Amino acid sequence: MNSDNEPLFSAKNLKLLKEPLGSSNPITVQVLGICSALAVTVKLKPSIVMAISVMAVLAVSNVVISLLRKRIPPRIRIIVQLVVIATMVILVDEILKAFAYEISKQLSVFVGLIITNCIIMGRLEAFAMGNKPWPSLLDGLGNAAGYGLILIIVAFFRELLGSGTILDYQVIPNSFYEFGYVNNGLMILPPMALIVVGIIIWIQRSRNKDLVENR
Amino acid sequence: MSALRRFVDKIKPHFVKGGRFSMFQSTFEGFETFLFVPDTVTSGSVHIRDGNDMKRTMIMVVLALIPALLFGIWNTGYQHFLAVGQEAGFWQMVWFGFLKVLPIIIVSYVVGLGIEFTFAQIRGHEINEGFLVTGMLIPLVVPVDVPLWMVALATAFAVIIGKEVFGGTGMNILNPALTARAFLFFAYPGDMSGDKVWIEGLKNGEGIVDGFSGATLLGQAAQNQTTFLNGIGEPITPFQMFLGNIPGSIGETSTLAILLGAFLLIYTGVGSWKIILSVFAGGALMGWILNIFAVNEFMALPFWQHLILGGFAFGAVFMATDPVTAAQTERGKWIYGFLIGVLAILIRVLNPAYPEGVMLAILFMNVFSPLIDHYVIEANIRKRLKRAKVQAN
Repeated sequence: MNSDNEPLFSAKNLKLLKEPLGSSNPITVQVLGICSALAVTVKLKPSIVMAISVMAVLAVSNVVISLLRKRIPPRIRIIVQLVVIATMVILVDEILKAFAYEISKQLSVFVGLIITNCIIMGRLEAFAMGNKPWPSLLDGLGNAAGYGLILIIVAFFRELLGSGTILDYQVIPNSFYEFGYVNNGLMILPPMALIVVGIIIWIQRSRNKDLVENR
Repeated sequence: MSALRRFVDKIKPHFVKGGRFSMFQSTFEGFETFLFVPDTVTSGSVHIRDGNDMKRTMIMVVLALIPALLFGIWNTGYQHFLAVGQEAGFWQMVWFGFLKVLPIIIVSYVVGLGIEFTFAQIRGHEINEGFLVTGMLIPLVVPVDVPLWMVALATAFAVIIGKEVFGGTGMNILNPALTARAFLFFAYPGDMSGDKVWIEGLKNGEGIVDGFSGATLLGQAAQNQTTFLNGIGEPITPFQMFLGNIPGSIGETSTLAILLGAFLLIYTGVGSWKIILSVFAGGALMGWILNIFAVNEFMALPFWQHLILGGFAFGAVFMATDPVTAAQTERGKWIYGFLIGVLAILIRVLNPAYPEGVMLAILFMNVFSPLIDHYVIEANIRKRLKRAKVQAN
């Protein structure tokens, strides 16, 4: 793997891992994978499972495609990529069904729809097709982590404000409810996920001016 | 007056650049231009010069809202004393309503203006005047029993997410007051809909007359009731619906008071009569079509009664005419208003989950108004090009 004697965690490789968490985040900067971010973030637990699933799929497919990259005829590369992703997704789906049935039911079709998650196709096409397996693995892990990070932040606020719970433990004390506090029903509806993502983008861009497009 | 002017002039140096309080310059400017019409004149290629600036325009809308507000205050008291079965004089009702409505208005203004001032300081621009109207509209479109913290939250949401993220007054896509109402409606449906929230005191149920019902007329219509009843079971005549002593959001019940406001808006040219008229026309047409194909009592409700029920008139006069979010082209205004009317009645009658469709119809058309404008302008360009070609031949 390391024919040119580059250290495993060189600055360049670490950048692959770190950048998707911040300045090239797949959701907040590249605005990819939004539909699953809207759909699964009502509660924290399914979001964490979703994040882990995407990470598994993306990291492994990235490595597989990177290993095959010189063998794949360019004209059918998308089909090959999809076959790899689909295989991984089916594996993840089966594992979830076997070991976490309840959550798998909550996530329902969205596990299957990881196949169409633009982040995965995007990374395979943009990175794994032209890079070695080790950087591809890091890139896959980094992007999936960036995706998962946003998912978990959004789900945290939606579950806290929409249901008054964190990981299904009630955190807002009953005395609040007796005083007239009511859970925010809008937080449970998908539009609020979009608004929360929007607020994250707003905060990120006001801290990092490089991300603001010049008009 | 001149003493005030002298005072303002005296403290002014502290607030301009380099002064001690220069960080509060926008706040100072906001108050100064509120007190005195600024003498700055538009320069450049604008051809219409008018002494009427944004603050004066906004105040006109607030003035137009006053009849609806006063009626709402009285109606709050009237409905309450009807519910507890007490005799009460006119002023007693007004005083009761005043004490209930005033806190909502104060909360709405304090929260909204607080956020506006904060944003103006951070961004270093002038205070936006838009909230003068929004702050009065929000209390008028909520039920009187709404908890104050919900009003505060909805106002904050409307000002930040509905307006400031787009760049403040004049840049927003959605009407901020309706954004606040939509937020409340979807976030806290238990406090914004049903038949317990519209009359003060009904929710905790103390001292309420046995068998009293607080259902709004639209709520009753959704149950396919043929004749409308007030809380104690007396029938309500269409004239009463027009007058407005029926349960509903604070300012929306009285079509008469709203029409008074509408006359002021149209007379001063602040509100577009085209939009108001076309909303009513659209609503009447859709109501009439539903009458023809009526399969239940709600669909058979006479179409003109739709126009005086619920928030229809209020939405048409004060919400749809918002110059920022409405269509800008003259022909576009007709289309925009007409579609609001059609959609409002359509949602109201055919979607049982939303007993009042006016809010959703206006928000929906807010989103579409730039598109309407685009096609109106495109059509005009095409028309003129065609004419040019004919002449060339």
